Amino acid sequence: MSRDQIFFIVFLFIFATINIYLFGSGSLSADWSGLGTFIAAGITLSLYSFLYKDNPLFKFAENLYVGVAAAYTITQVWYNVLWVDVVDPLSELGSDESLGNLWLIVPTLLGFFMLTQLSSAKFSWLSRIAFAFVVGLGAGLAIPRTIAANLLAQIQPTMGPITADLAGFNLFIILVGVVTVLVYFFYSVEHTGPVGVASKIGIWFLMISFGASFGYTIMARLSLLIGRVGFLLEDWLVLPLPLF
Amino acid sequence: MRYFLTCIILVLYTAQVYAQQPTGVKAGDTPNDSGGNITVIWDYPEPYEGVKKITYTIVVGESENGPFHGAKYSAANLQSSDPGTFGHGEETSQKLFARVDEYTDPTDPSKKIAIENGKTYYVQVIAHLPSGESFPSAIAAAEAYENFFNRTKTNNFIIGTIFSLIILISIFLAQKRELFIRRIAGLEALDEALGRATEMGKPVLFAHGLASMGSVSTIAAVNVLSRVANRTAEFNTELRVANNDPVVMAVSQEVVKESYLNAGRPDAYSEDSVFMVATEQFSYAAALDGMMVRDRPATNIMMGYFYAESLLLAETGASIGAIQIAGTDSYTQLPFFITTCDYTLMGEELYAASAYLAREPKLLGSLKGQDIGKAVLLILLILGTLLATLGNQTLTHIFTAY
Repeated sequence: MSRDQIFFIVFLFIFATINIYLFGSGSLSADWSGLGTFIAAGITLSLYSFLYKDNPLFKFAENLYVGVAAAYTITQVWYNVLWVDVVDPLSELGSDESLGNLWLIVPTLLGFFMLTQLSSAKFSWLSRIAFAFVVGLGAGLAIPRTIAANLLAQIQPTMGPITADLAGFNLFIILVGVVTVLVYFFYSVEHTGPVGVASKIGIWFLMISFGASFGYTIMARLSLLIGRVGFLLEDWLVLPLPLF
Repeated sequence: MRYFLTCIILVLYTAQVYAQQPTGVKAGDTPNDSGGNITVIWDYPEPYEGVKKITYTIVVGESENGPFHGAKYSAANLQSSDPGTFGHGEETSQKLFARVDEYTDPTDPSKKIAIENGKTYYVQVIAHLPSGESFPSAIAAAEAYENFFNRTKTNNFIIGTIFSLIILISIFLAQKRELFIRRIAGLEALDEALGRATEMGKPVLFAHGLASMGSVSTIAAVNVLSRVANRTAEFNTELRVANNDPVVMAVSQEVVKESYLNAGRPDAYSEDSVFMVATEQFSYAAALDGMMVRDRPATNIMMGYFYAESLLLAETGASIGAIQIAGTDSYTQLPFFITTCDYTLMGEELYAASAYLAREPKLLGSLKGQDIGKAVLLILLILGTLLATLGNQTLTHIFTAY
């Protein structure tokens, strides 16, 4: 028996013993709520077991996660989109009031065209109409939004008056940062000479901002970890927190 | 004397009433909207102690002679708070405005009646003093209608048009002569990474981000995928393309199939090589992590828009010793890719990647056009800051997003 198999059996044994004790002592109620906590704790530990190495418990949790996510998405799409927006209105098309829903046939057809991707080459070209529509619409909607959010909303605050105080200095630093980072993203000129210097300053600005963003996100991830560990200690093991 | 005193009191009372009464009341269609809304404008009262304690109500009637009903309206604000509609003039800090879209149903006060387009309404502004006194304004007439254009977006339209023209002209020029593009390190390494996978006899894993096909980063990722598929077909290396979105998967299948065809290896293409993993973010990450650990690809390429799963993917990829090339315009995830991947295409480099790899005049011209656009913006930024420092904010106002 390999060391990993021994680890696996010992882990399962400890997990089972703890749960028998928790259910037996009444710490976990013998109802759906208790069962939910037990399953959630088991899946959490199975996913964390990946930190040791890939193992059957992780594979089980991974496949369960993918399966549940797919099933959840399908039910969400069916009940919140297909049933409400397509099946229901189209099934009432016979009545006079529902004539306004006739336009729904167009997106429904486009949806069916996407499915022709699964068919033979004879029909699969139809899917390109639907994809062209999706890509074209997406790009069309994105252009004005991108100009507003990524261009105008960035330029306007940068073009402020530089005053002889802290706010003015701040604005000056931002201006230097924006200009040098823009120079870094020039592809038409070789980054040598003054352009190279500006581009290097731009890279420094980028790295400083990435460092800040990194630290910020790591803190957010730690709070997620704390939440998960809190669940294991407080909700599953029913330990009084804080422990110290 | 008695008449004289009475006259003085009457004059003073009238003057006081006039001072408290909202003046300069005008009403009209709310511009730049889809109708069903009226904008009421009136003068900011003459400054005196307690002027900020004045509250206003607006009443609406269908006839000039009434009856008038309480209106549902936005809070009364200075026009300067909405420069998109009222501009940046000094007079905007002297006028108040509110927008009315409904008024109380006279037959059932619990219900509201929406303002109809093309119908004349009569509006009155009532000022309420802290003392409890109320002073109604003169009546103003207004009609709501739908506006075909949202004029606040004019700058957006002009900038979009100018940049589009610059790009079109650049594409035209690119078809006439070859354009220079500087070296992009991450892309130079692409062939090396694919070659390594070939030498090791291990697969190449291409992971899409979570954005849909409408996203610019996904379109750029698909262009990179086309090049990667072309190379893997030439090198006879296994390519695995993981997808999070069914539409992206279908497009990727088409692109990979075409690349294999162009490389003269249609037989090497397998539909199963471009597959759907999961639509949910973390199940996608968990499944990809599992795949990386089991299949141990020699090269991981992650392109597109990523969220919190980026570090999970890149960290696992690094732990199996794969060469990793990532490209994303997701600002918050770039730090994770930079720290865990061998090469990272930052933001616009991802968009430039397809032009760099394909060397097609259209893409090269587009990239050149974007560079010209950036140069124009750079000059405008410096010029705008200089002008603003000298007290002229015209350029700043032109480049304001409304």
